[in-house]
Amino acid sequence: MAMLQDRYEGYVHSSGEAEIEFNVELTVNRFADPDADVRVTQFNGRWTLERGDFRAEWEPAKRRGWIRQTANPYSIDAVLRIVHSLILARQGGFLLHSASVIRNGKAFLFAGVSEAGKTTISRLAPPDVTLLTDEISYVRKEPGGYVAYGTPFTGELAKLGENVSAPVSALYLLAKGTENRIDPVAPAEATRSLLANLLFFAEDEDLVQAIFHSAFEFVNYVPVSRLTFVPDARVWELIR
Amino acid sequence: MTKLYLTRNPRVAARNLDGEMMIMSGRDSTLFTLNKTATILWQSADGNTPLSEIVEQRICSEFAVEPARALQDAETLARELASHEILKISDQPIGQESSVDGEPR
Repeated sequence: MAMLQDRYEGYVHSSGEAEIEFNVELTVNRFADPDADVRVTQFNGRWTLERGDFRAEWEPAKRRGWIRQTANPYSIDAVLRIVHSLILARQGGFLLHSASVIRNGKAFLFAGVSEAGKTTISRLAPPDVTLLTDEISYVRKEPGGYVAYGTPFTGELAKLGENVSAPVSALYLLAKGTENRIDPVAPAEATRSLLANLLFFAEDEDLVQAIFHSAFEFVNYVPVSRLTFVPDARVWELIR
Repeated sequence: MTKLYLTRNPRVAARNLDGEMMIMSGRDSTLFTLNKTATILWQSADGNTPLSEIVEQRICSEFAVEPARALQDAETLARELASHEILKISDQPIGQESSVDGEPR
């Protein structure tokens, strides 16, 4: 428990009524392969989440579930990411492979695959920038637009995002280069890139369709550009 | 020659953005971007119009291509799209399962 409290510091509180309650059962070496593919399926309103290192079930209607795993922080972290991706998909939002920050009251997302520069640009952020995450952005669709929230899902930076939020002002597709510049991206390419960076694992046709259309809605609403940068702090002069 | 009829698989998600037709498989989330010919097949796949008519009216009129070759290529393409479960194909007319604007109902 102490391990989880430490890992999710800033996101743990003692609310009387949890949105979802999971019973966690710890086992000893029962699961062999933590690198096995994740499988997320739904039958009769009950989600089953499986990977080499855990098995979990979740019933949204009952707001309850269970997780069976060995004593490590990565399994429960994966379950939380998957569950939140399912919740967000129904609401027009998503989890995105991207760093995200708040500057001047606006949220900026920096998307890219591994090595694209998410951790680098997070590390270079000046003091007036609030880090939401260097790895997995949490984007909700709200009445006034899209809002990015801090997450405890960390990447190489291993630093928790702040538990705060702000309206999304821009999505940048990261590319490392020899100069700092921002270039426009055509909507079709922006949508493809966004879809390629979404975290979504469920074998569920309705949710796949929902998240597909959510990507188009997002690109229609939020400016998407390519941010080419050299790895030094001057790139932040472009992000305001 | 056997006629071939096409209809859209309603279990995929589809959107046309700036002339690019993007399709996502509902089964495994694979994303496809259709080329111009595949887009024509998708848009014309009403289940009732034979492929030969689609080729004659939509493909030969747009591309400088010999009709028999165009039909052969279109059939190959239609079968490939069917193998990815984007289209359904049949030698009989099939019921219409999608709207005509490129997005499933």
